Amino acid sequence: MDKSTFTTKPIINGPMHAPLRHDSAHKHVTGTADYIDDIPEPIGTLHMGLGLSDRAHAELVSIDLSAVETAPGVVCVLTGEDIPGFNDVASTGRHDEPLLATKDVQFHGQPIFAVVAETRDQARRAARLARIQYRDLPHWTDIDGARDNGAPLVVEPMVLKRGEPQTEIEKAPLRIQGSMSIGGQEHFYLEGQIALAIPGEDEDIIVWSSTQHPSEVQHMVAHVLGIANNAVEVRTRRMGGGFGGKETQGNHFAALAAVAAKKLKRAVKFRPDRDEDMTVTGKRHDFRVDYDVAFDEDGRIHAVDATYAARCGFSADLSGPVTDRALFHADSSYFYPHVHLTSQPLKTHTVSNTAFRGFGGPQGVLGAERMIEEIAYALGKDPLEIRKLNFYGQQGSDRTATPYHQEVEDNVIARIVEELESSCDYQARRQAIIDFNANSPVIRKGIALTPVKFGISFTMTAYNQAGALVHIYQDGSIHLNHGGTEMGQGLYTKVAQVVADTFQVDIDRVKITATTTGKVPNTSATAASSGSDLNGMAAYDAARQIKERLIDFACRQWEVDRSEVEFLPNRLRIGGEIVPFDTFVRAAYYGRVHLSAAGFYKTPKIHWDREAGRGRPFYYFSYGAACSEVSIDTLTGEYLVDRTDILHDVGRSLNPALDIGQIEGGFVQGMGWLTTEELWWDAKGRLRTHAPSTYKIPLASDRPKEFNVKLAEWSENAEPTIGRSKAVGEPPFVLAISVFEAISMAVASVADYTVCPRLDAPATPERVLMAVERLKQMG
Amino acid sequence: MSEAIRFILNAEEVTLGDFGPTETLLDYLRLKRRLTGTKEGCAEGDCGACTVLVGRLTEHGLRYESVNACIRFLGSLHGTHVVTVEHLAGRDGALHPVQQAMVDCHGSQCGFCTPGFVMSLYGLWLSNDAPTRAEIESALQGNLCRCTGYEPIVKAAEQVAANRPSSLFDPLERDRIQIMAKLWSIQSENGTIVVTKDGARSIIPASVAAFAEVLAEEPKATIVAGATDVGLWVTKQMRQLDAVIFINHLTELQSVEVDENGITIGAGVSYSQALDKIADEIPAFGRLIDRIGGQQVRNMGTIGGNIANGSPIGDTPPPLIALGAELTLRTHSGRRTIPLEDFFLSYGKQDRLAGEFVEKVFVPRPRDNSHFAVYKISKRRDEDISALCGAFNLRLDDEGKVASIRIAFGGMAGTPKRASHVEQALLGQAWSWGVISAVRDAFDQDYQPLSDWRASAEYRSLTAKNLLTRFFLETAGQGHELRRFELEEA
Repeated sequence: MDKSTFTTKPIINGPMHAPLRHDSAHKHVTGTADYIDDIPEPIGTLHMGLGLSDRAHAELVSIDLSAVETAPGVVCVLTGEDIPGFNDVASTGRHDEPLLATKDVQFHGQPIFAVVAETRDQARRAARLARIQYRDLPHWTDIDGARDNGAPLVVEPMVLKRGEPQTEIEKAPLRIQGSMSIGGQEHFYLEGQIALAIPGEDEDIIVWSSTQHPSEVQHMVAHVLGIANNAVEVRTRRMGGGFGGKETQGNHFAALAAVAAKKLKRAVKFRPDRDEDMTVTGKRHDFRVDYDVAFDEDGRIHAVDATYAARCGFSADLSGPVTDRALFHADSSYFYPHVHLTSQPLKTHTVSNTAFRGFGGPQGVLGAERMIEEIAYALGKDPLEIRKLNFYGQQGSDRTATPYHQEVEDNVIARIVEELESSCDYQARRQAIIDFNANSPVIRKGIALTPVKFGISFTMTAYNQAGALVHIYQDGSIHLNHGGTEMGQGLYTKVAQVVADTFQVDIDRVKITATTTGKVPNTSATAASSGSDLNGMAAYDAARQIKERLIDFACRQWEVDRSEVEFLPNRLRIGGEIVPFDTFVRAAYYGRVHLSAAGFYKTPKIHWDREAGRGRPFYYFSYGAACSEVSIDTLTGEYLVDRTDILHDVGRSLNPALDIGQIEGGFVQGMGWLTTEELWWDAKGRLRTHAPSTYKIPLASDRPKEFNVKLAEWSENAEPTIGRSKAVGEPPFVLAISVFEAISMAVASVADYTVCPRLDAPATPERVLMAVERLKQMG
Repeated sequence: MSEAIRFILNAEEVTLGDFGPTETLLDYLRLKRRLTGTKEGCAEGDCGACTVLVGRLTEHGLRYESVNACIRFLGSLHGTHVVTVEHLAGRDGALHPVQQAMVDCHGSQCGFCTPGFVMSLYGLWLSNDAPTRAEIESALQGNLCRCTGYEPIVKAAEQVAANRPSSLFDPLERDRIQIMAKLWSIQSENGTIVVTKDGARSIIPASVAAFAEVLAEEPKATIVAGATDVGLWVTKQMRQLDAVIFINHLTELQSVEVDENGITIGAGVSYSQALDKIADEIPAFGRLIDRIGGQQVRNMGTIGGNIANGSPIGDTPPPLIALGAELTLRTHSGRRTIPLEDFFLSYGKQDRLAGEFVEKVFVPRPRDNSHFAVYKISKRRDEDISALCGAFNLRLDDEGKVASIRIAFGGMAGTPKRASHVEQALLGQAWSWGVISAVRDAFDQDYQPLSDWRASAEYRSLTAKNLLTRFFLETAGQGHELRRFELEEA
């Protein structure tokens, strides 16, 4: 064989652990990356608009749609009566979420009908012409209102208990009871919800959906149409952001577009306006944490009893697992010798709250960090000292049991915090800030260093599975498909790196293809930070199978031993011969080798018994820590983040560039949640912060003025994950609590750090000023 | 009279006659031209995903500005050069340095906001060789990203600043002369343009005099300068507008004149156009303008429009009233000049007669021995609407007593309004901590603010009082306002 036709390289382009750029970066910057609204529309494509309730809770007395039907361009109007299958998109199977309301409405903005028109503008205009009569029923929109009205729970609460919390709380030297309100959060994915449904022959339908969960959209479309799953194909190439907001919330739009498309035998696109999107889709759950914490004079926690109540909205959606995860993280990084935790998933007359990066975990941690603050201010100590005192211990200590009876086996939090404390010069800066505050009447500063320990795995054990499909074509080009979806996190890039690495070929040879239910079935949502853990392993499994066959073929054809077949960069060494990869693949085809494989992976070791509150819900934990410094204005409550330092553990990073992107982005998104992002409902139960003009996510000028982010380069996952990496999507979000607590310290300065500010989230300038005023009067 | 507008879209000359007065540039690009690189994120000028550049001839030559295509009406594009992200890459497909820097710095994740960021960064790159961090952040105030946390995007802006390959590479540098010639040629065809579709008309008057004539004939027509407010009537409230008069091209309304008495600002002057001169003359007012909207909104929106729409939360009326600004209203037959504060009659009602339009505002220069400050309080520092905005203009006599004081607030009442009780209580008094403390509560007589999603009534009242305290501290020489960047950095 002519060896002069190719040059040899010591390493492939794009192996695992390389800081590759996002596979679509070039297309992003040139505007050529197609989102669903950019796909050329089939001829005759129709568009949809939504008719929404303008009552929070009411019986529907009459619905007059005559003016809608006769409006210019309108082709048809759909109500709940027009759904051929089930008028239901409840992802839980509880049948508590109608696609279109028929008898009553349970939140302001609930969809009642949908309009199909020739243009989107016509559909939107027509939707405003309905005349609907309501009979009002009592409504409540928040946790207080729900409690006052004896609201039902949307799912059974969860209880975690270990030890003898009640007795130990009574016995402990010190005890503090308190309450904290934690606000929700709108996802504000830049690309709004969208679906494009294209009808086919028989019952077939293809739906392009901006969803993190194509399989669920497939099942929902089949469910509302009353057809089999095998008639529905759902495709997703990329989303313009998801953050959990497209885990179940895309169902509505896909299902309605599908119903209209099948009814009219025309393609139908459904892209709601931003205001409608924010009105009709769920958000992060607001929480109220009522805590009772017992401790000693050193600040060591003896026992905790806490209730985590949540605003769930009118239906269950994902509120069960979200409130569960809040409890799973109500320990933050701390060992509670005795503990009792209860969730309270309350029904409210608001849109049904849903998944959002962290999935209840951040709220759980925030409650825990409030308890640490309480202890620190009560004892006149630095909260960091209290944190370190209460960290989980190393294996073998008697301080490794979580409230859910899983042992923490891979604990690196002490090392992470110690390294960060030293590298960011925490102690000296804290002293400097205390000195500064003593001489600054108006501007005050604060600093806080907070830890993250985040459990990785879906707590619903069945979801921890994934599939992939890999083909090699005769020219040596590789086709990769898997069940994960791309929403910006770089999952496609990471999984392609796994495949390139396995075959030792340059990554350009690996074609990343749109996620579709037709290639890989029964997938889980790309959620719970699990995308690369699950799909990376599944793709590895597929590639490994083909690789085995190729090795077998090489042994047969070249009559060599397995040990004499080696995959070198873009070529193989077989015995004494060097063969280019594509030449070899073509030979394998002629040798009738099966060059396609379906891969599968399920996470080992995990199990969970919710009734008993016992098990091992998490395969492993991701860790991190952040230190933030802020300045506040005690006359107005305004603030700035002066500096943030982060040290985060992603195991052995599959792609350090993408992982740092996730950390920076997650942190800033978390900062938004805890500072400027505030959801506000009026007395009628109408959400008034339903657009970027009224709902304020962070801008470039809000990010920390100095922002240092590092990976814990020494870290390796203790479990055999893909490349010993760790999940990265959600944990860094929690790092933003450092900003919140730094603000809290700056507030505490006005009462000489002797009173816990009990700041609620989000810490808007208003909440900060009001806390300052409260402390001024106490201090 | 012509029935079509003419403009340049990327490399193509366009003559367009069949459009309604509320059709947006974004829909035209995406639906009619299939230029789908420009995205719709919010349709209200707040997220920047639809950012494009619009070039127009000014006294300083051809000037490109970032704008929000989602609230830019087609009727406002006559005689301009519209540049979309599709125009950036080289003819061989090579990335523009701005695009390359975004790729190299990992500035995109989901990518949906990215074309808008690229266009904002491109606008900055064209106008600034060495932007400071403050200038970069200012240029990006109108672009939301939910994935990256912005750090890599700011790094991209820094990295690309000095990277200026051959001007042949950049499409706007390369074609500047030809583009200017084409725009001159379009502008030289004098005459009012009226484009009619389904009975609704876009009217593009040839001159201010023609504008006055048209308005006299059609006093109910909607006047659109920057469309940063009217745009939302259309995209969000779905209002039908039957006749729209576009005035953004009338350079006669776009002069900013500075003399020894003060600044005269034409009603068509955008915030961006006004910024430099206002910042030179009245630095505190300049800092406020940098916090109005994002760069795209400041490039489109006008101070005249901010006044004329009468909003109680408009940001420029409080400082203008505190400075004693005077408003000139014009009709086809004459003018009248009134104190600006008298223009705002009650919520939603202004002293603008049928056929009248705002022509200019005169801002007296603060006297040498006076103190002036304006404070905007909002949930988010940049690109947010004020919860409240307060302006203070104080002059002390030789004995340190208050010789004159004007205080005006937005967000505290149904209109921008002076704090006359507070002013009265301070007048003639010693400018001292004791007096300030005693006078604070007089704000309660001046304002009974509302609670809404931006702030509660309690917060607004308390903060208004505290801003008086801050102003007092500042006049005593102590700076107490949090600033992300000090002036010398900016």
